[in-house]
Amino acid sequence: MPWSREDLAARAARELRDGFYVNLGIGIPTLVANYIPAGMHVMLQSENGLLGIGPFPFEGEEDPDLINAGKQTVTALPSSAYFSSADSFAMIRGGHIDLAILGAMEVAENGDLANWMVPGKVVKGMGGAMDLVAGVPRVVVVMEHVSKDGAPKFKRRCELPLTGTNVVDVLITDWAVFERADRHAPFRLLETAPGVTRAHLREKTPAHYLD
Amino acid sequence: MSTSTRTKIFPSAAAALDGVVRDGMTLMCGGFGLCGIPEKLILALRDSRVRNLTVVSNNAGIDGAGLGLLLESRQIRKMISSYVGENKEFERQYLAGELELEFNPQGTLAERIRAGGAGIYAFFTRTGAGTVVAEGKETREVDGEVYVLEKGLTADVALVKAWKGDAEGNLVYRKTARNFNPNMATAGRITIAEVEEIVPVGNLDPDQIHTPGIYVQRLVCGAPYEKRIEKRTVTRRPEGSHAVVS
Repeated sequence: MPWSREDLAARAARELRDGFYVNLGIGIPTLVANYIPAGMHVMLQSENGLLGIGPFPFEGEEDPDLINAGKQTVTALPSSAYFSSADSFAMIRGGHIDLAILGAMEVAENGDLANWMVPGKVVKGMGGAMDLVAGVPRVVVVMEHVSKDGAPKFKRRCELPLTGTNVVDVLITDWAVFERADRHAPFRLLETAPGVTRAHLREKTPAHYLD
Repeated sequence: MSTSTRTKIFPSAAAALDGVVRDGMTLMCGGFGLCGIPEKLILALRDSRVRNLTVVSNNAGIDGAGLGLLLESRQIRKMISSYVGENKEFERQYLAGELELEFNPQGTLAERIRAGGAGIYAFFTRTGAGTVVAEGKETREVDGEVYVLEKGLTADVALVKAWKGDAEGNLVYRKTARNFNPNMATAGRITIAEVEEIVPVGNLDPDQIHTPGIYVQRLVCGAPYEKRIEKRTVTRRPEGSHAVVS
């Protein structure tokens, strides 16, 4: 049984540490906010200009002037701060955000990431993804291990246009978790989902990794 | 641009655009999605019928709102943006080759605008190194890291939206409606701000002003505001304060 979306979010939440400033991408990464352990202080940054993202508002209390980077209505916390886009990316590029959790289309064994463009398909844009992977010292990727048609997504080299080179530190798929000690080290298999054998994982993973 | 005898306050969005917008110009437009867009100036721009615009804006609006209106009226020739996901008309014009598009990483876009407004010709950034964004640009390796040279960005006219402003052009933004607005305000040769309320000079605390009036040449009150919400997302009552994301 591969891990569910909720399992993935819960597993990604285990990468959080007390005191971290964190940017969560759109999709499964957004769900990570539901799994922040009680008592742990984590400040979520939204690149449209908010530090300290609160819960979604109650119905009737939505404020059009208060959204997250996914353009969803959110609330602020008593400790929140607002700032401009240039200030927001100064935070990101300047290495002040401790951790980013992002989705991906492909990850390569050398840490390359592709998550914004499929040639021949309509391109929506990279948004802030390239800045995040260039500036945030620790990047966690959450994705399905294989595509809908069964093609592996953790590869020797990315075939899709890159978002960043050598930027992924932790890869959490619905089959397994891989991590590397630093940006010169190879990925090492940490965990597998229930029912996923090491042999099967190997077969569906072109990327080289240590067992 | 400013003189002591002339007011910066204009009676309408149309009047604020009069004499400064023309075909083929480069325009900056504040906002993130539909949050903090100069909605009244966009409407006035549509009615002005200026064409062949190059528009610098993080997004391109949605069908029927924001810059989507100027796409429908075919007034935009080129967009410089980071993400244009929510617009079918944009997609159609782009695929038909009717619209030029330059994608910038969002932080690079914000910094290009900041640099343009601050008189910085160009800067080196790690963002986009080793990707298509770096193609055709100068790169430099320093201390084992590759950086991409990105140029500052200015515009003939910047259209921004703030919450409150005074006759001096001082502006205060509200919550995440700030986004690109203060950066763009510095990068327009002429900056036109629309605000929800024009307050008497002295009413804004000088310590709390986000955009000093020197950057703003024209000001218009755009109230009342529509402020459309793109993705209304709520927490169900009365479970308390913890959000459940779906």
